[in-house]
Amino acid sequence: MSRGFGWTEFLFVLTGLRWTILLSLAAMAGGSLLGLLVAILRTAPIRPLRWVARGFIEVLQGTPVLMQLFLTYYGLAIVLDLRIDPWPAVVLALTLNAAAFLGEIWRGSIEAIPRTQWEAAQSLALRYPQQLMLVILPQALRISVPATVGFLVQLIKSTAIASLIGFVELTRAGQLMTSVTFEPMTIYPVVAMLYFIICWPLSLASGMLERKMGRTSRVTDPRS
Amino acid sequence: MHYVFQFGIVYDNLPLLLHGALLTIRLSALAMLFGAVVGVLGAAVSTSSSRWARGIVRAYVEVIRNTPFLVQLFIIYFSLPAIGLRFRADQAALLGMTINLGAYATEIIRGGIESIPAGQIEAGRALGLRRWHIFRFIVLLPALRVVYPALVSQFILLMLGSSVISSISAEDLTAVTNSLQSTTFRSFEFYFAATAIYFVMALGFRLVLDGLGWLLFQRRTAS
Repeated sequence: MSRGFGWTEFLFVLTGLRWTILLSLAAMAGGSLLGLLVAILRTAPIRPLRWVARGFIEVLQGTPVLMQLFLTYYGLAIVLDLRIDPWPAVVLALTLNAAAFLGEIWRGSIEAIPRTQWEAAQSLALRYPQQLMLVILPQALRISVPATVGFLVQLIKSTAIASLIGFVELTRAGQLMTSVTFEPMTIYPVVAMLYFIICWPLSLASGMLERKMGRTSRVTDPRS
Repeated sequence: MHYVFQFGIVYDNLPLLLHGALLTIRLSALAMLFGAVVGVLGAAVSTSSSRWARGIVRAYVEVIRNTPFLVQLFIIYFSLPAIGLRFRADQAALLGMTINLGAYATEIIRGGIESIPAGQIEAGRALGLRRWHIFRFIVLLPALRVVYPALVSQFILLMLGSSVISSISAEDLTAVTNSLQSTTFRSFEFYFAATAIYFVMALGFRLVLDGLGWLLFQRRTAS
């Protein structure tokens, strides 16, 4: 006799959702810090630094995030001869991956700020770190908001691969409930719906912000 | 740390890895072809005048873009058999990749179509062109030319994302790597090699697709 997919099973899946959200937040936080560094290096006035950042972005964007996770979880564990738990492995892998994507998004925003802003900051006798921190980044991060929110959706979806190393987030919780209830026809659509409930509002917000900013930036752009 | 790297064993198993890579390449290439077709149809419908049809395409695009590819695969491979739709792992993978890419391609191509100025279409009508010819030559081809780079990026994301099809037992590069590392305990070496192969495949696909784009679009405008 197998159990059906009832209230208890649904609550278990919801517990998984909580881990999906925590995982996304942790990776977004780590990825933002590291990604900001990547973006700054990628636009730095020193060429070798730009190369390092560019190499980092190319490699992480040019390889599957699942391979990055397996390398972190299985590969590092064997090389360093220690047992890594799924949670830190997933957070580390997703942080690195997010840093590459966010670094590339923010590089684009930094480069979208007109040269004259740098020159204006320079003429106010600000040094490079101050030019960056006080003048360029506040503007660059503002225009990067829609793309950053859009990336958050991608990140939330990519946390699903944590299930493949046995970390019980939303997808894995769904798998576990499927194996006790034998009702994949109900459970996986429910799991998909829960992801949708989280991701769709973010996608809509990203699109709305993009349209709103598209308007304002056209109005305030002195060149147009 | 006394770990001694042994890449010799990876080299010995290279034919197996490449065999897996071949399935990844084959499925990705087919999914790109079918996904592009779905994308053109989806974009045509979502810029059409039928509200009802537009709504359906909109729902398809939003649902696919806001749920993980892995869960979409599970629904196709594990849920659909419950209503009598049974697929082999590689068929399910191809179907999932096509459906997934189709949604993104629809959105990208729709963006291209909407960037065509209405005056162009009116000019086509003024010349007495048929509707199909207006769509093909004035709307679709210029739109595809504009969005082609974005499509290529999406194709490559799909190829890299296809590594999760190993979880429904499709024998792709990731699946082959998984089984090799579990029997040899050389996880780092094998995953490192597989990652490198994916990197090379991404470069290869980019080269081929950029070349294809040149053949399809640039050459024609140059002459």
